[in-house]
Amino acid sequence: MELDPLLLSRLQFAFVVLFHAIFPVFTIGLASYIALLHGLFYKTKNPAWDRLALFWTKVFAVVFGMGVVSGIVMSFQFGTNWSNFAQATSNFMGPVLSYEVLTAFFLEAGFLGVLLFGRHKVPEGAHLFAALMVALGTFISAFWILSANSWMQTPVGYELVDGRFHITSWTDAIFNPSFRYRFAHMVMASFLTGGFVVAGVSAWFLLRKRDVPANKKALSMCLWLLLILTPAQAVVGDFHGLNTLEHQPTKVAAMEANWETDSGVPLLLFALPDGDAQTNHWEVSIPRLASLILTHDLDGTVPGLKEAPADEQPPVFIVFWSFRIMVGLGLAMIAVALAGLVLRRGGRVYSQPLYLKTLVGMIGAPFVAVLAGWVVTESGRAPWLVQGVMTHAEGLTPSLTGAMALFSLIGYMAVYAVVFLVGIYYLTRVVKNGMLPDPDEVDDGMGSAKRPFSAAHTPFDDHDLQGAKS
Amino acid sequence: MNLDITLVWAGIIGFGVIMYVLMDGFDLGLGILYPFAPDETSRDVMMNSVAPVWDGNETWLVLGGAGLLGAFPLAYSVFLPALYIGVFLMLAGLIFRGISFEFRFKSRKNRHWWNRAFCWGSVVATFAQGAVVGAYIQGFPVEDKIFVGGAFDWLTPFTVITGLGLMAGYALLGATWLILKSEGHTQDWAYAITPRLLWAVLGVFAIISLWTPLVSVDVRERWLSHIHLIWVFPILAMVCAAALYRAVKQREEGRPFIMALGLFIFTYLGMIASKWPVIVPPDYTVWDAASAPESQVFLLIGTVFVIPVVLAYTTWTYWVFRGKVKADDGYH
Repeated sequence: MELDPLLLSRLQFAFVVLFHAIFPVFTIGLASYIALLHGLFYKTKNPAWDRLALFWTKVFAVVFGMGVVSGIVMSFQFGTNWSNFAQATSNFMGPVLSYEVLTAFFLEAGFLGVLLFGRHKVPEGAHLFAALMVALGTFISAFWILSANSWMQTPVGYELVDGRFHITSWTDAIFNPSFRYRFAHMVMASFLTGGFVVAGVSAWFLLRKRDVPANKKALSMCLWLLLILTPAQAVVGDFHGLNTLEHQPTKVAAMEANWETDSGVPLLLFALPDGDAQTNHWEVSIPRLASLILTHDLDGTVPGLKEAPADEQPPVFIVFWSFRIMVGLGLAMIAVALAGLVLRRGGRVYSQPLYLKTLVGMIGAPFVAVLAGWVVTESGRAPWLVQGVMTHAEGLTPSLTGAMALFSLIGYMAVYAVVFLVGIYYLTRVVKNGMLPDPDEVDDGMGSAKRPFSAAHTPFDDHDLQGAKS
Repeated sequence: MNLDITLVWAGIIGFGVIMYVLMDGFDLGLGILYPFAPDETSRDVMMNSVAPVWDGNETWLVLGGAGLLGAFPLAYSVFLPALYIGVFLMLAGLIFRGISFEFRFKSRKNRHWWNRAFCWGSVVATFAQGAVVGAYIQGFPVEDKIFVGGAFDWLTPFTVITGLGLMAGYALLGATWLILKSEGHTQDWAYAITPRLLWAVLGVFAIISLWTPLVSVDVRERWLSHIHLIWVFPILAMVCAAALYRAVKQREEGRPFIMALGLFIFTYLGMIASKWPVIVPPDYTVWDAASAPESQVFLLIGTVFVIPVVLAYTTWTYWVFRGKVKADDGYH
């Protein structure tokens, strides 16, 4: 079989970006949560907030470190596998991605160090300020990345000169038509991720009766947040969908596996879309519902996939099912949040074992939903790399061979597998160590690296734990 | 506007590259020397001496990569495909090295694995970087602004020499850094290996100096057609080498490192002088490779703001962690 560099490069990019996305989607939400905890402690002086802040800062440190490591690869991917794309779009992508690095550096250099290592070195107010700045930094980072991605989906503010994009309006290009929906959807997804992880871990502690007062507070906060955010995210997602319908109708058609442009289109609950046959098998549907959802009108017209020639259609099966996974998990999240509201009566929310176990089980849900969402939006754009202007094939590095792409794909998977397994193993140790007062917590700021992981003093193996105590 | 913004960007990228080479150079060098260290205590000292600063050092690589895309996209979109396998090896090496920094001190039972990750990560990353330098001197087959060579064009006998040469060079930087930061038997060891590393570097230096004119006609023309001011760079590099040797013999603590930095800086300036203003050898100058002026200006606004902050923060970190390092500093 001939190795296809295009397919392998797409797989590689998908793998690297999805692997990387796990970390920032968590740290964006968690950074705000930590800032909130610091704020609550600053105001109330209740030590429970401080202990929670300390514990979650340790988790943040490890996850942030893994995000940085996996992110370095991203900045080289454009050049190695998509050099034609890099060259054509460099006038926009170069400055935007550079600004992401520059602002991320600001965050790391100025404030992350203070947040992680400055507890006893700077006044409480300054420490709180550092926590706020770290949270702000994660938003600024997300701002640039989503601006770059949105521009690829809905490119404006440029003119093409000799096949290269020249920016005519930075404002138009950065704040392109789909940017605000994408940014809002992503930021809320980050908050949901942070919320479900904190809720799940708090529930896990409550099941084991550890640090009950502090974890009750944490769980209660999270559930209020989730009660508001889960339905709000559905609304934002709906607006995002309307925007996509306007600018990328083929993507919406793929999400709904709708082949013919029609009015009063049914919502498919189940189907096996078949791109070769240009039709679906085994459809189960609710009449007119897709029209209602997408156009807010029972008789609204929904565009069909066949508006685009077969070779300009996205992989319908993948987009259709990824979209259903995302929406299904979203509905499950709403249900869990509502159940929490019901169980609040009589405080059962803190003691009902089934509910607590459900919350533990839901820790992975927002991650899967986010990854599925990225697959929808990225695969749904296929075959376009820059919507309507440049295809994947045109953006590919011309000198790239299938063997090279395969070698690096396997290589990155191996490297990341090690990083991920070690990181997750270590993270579970940090969590299991919990919030108990840690004798190693005292930090003189000398000698230890001013680096994320160094803020988590949990030893790596059991043998070591004894060694440290002796 | 009289100011040529492309020149400004060439200066920024050039500055970023040498900052990266000098700063990540000595901590990669320690990784290369790692297996030869006399004992585990010395390894603790070696790692502790760079633990607080290595991450800041690598920031220059990320800034350089993103800046290159923003300011000289042609260079970015030729170098990365041409160096595809090398870039992968470098990133994999840096990742393994990065996580071993974090986990070695937290691990006792598995510490030898993290030692290995630190060493091999450093070796692979350094060799790949050195081979990149060689590939740059060689030049790239480019047609219509697109790289048209093969996956292993970057790996030739010449680039193997430059790869090994950079390993020796980084090891020299690492050893002189260790003289500055350590004491006792670790420092004695560093004093002992430094002259040997210096001879290795000078040997490679000689080979490359003789070989480069054979690899590149333009370089031969520039250096040999008539006597230029550029000869001052290799002469100053030799002066630094001699001073380094003397300083080690006199057991000076700070000067060997400074002289090793000087050796690197003048060699680097010499290399730039060989190629300027070509950024994608053999054909494209910095002006050919530049992005649109409005993009360069837009990016410059943020960069002039951040680089002083990076420099100030870096200086401050080095100041905080000044002085000798002890073996048990890093482990609480």
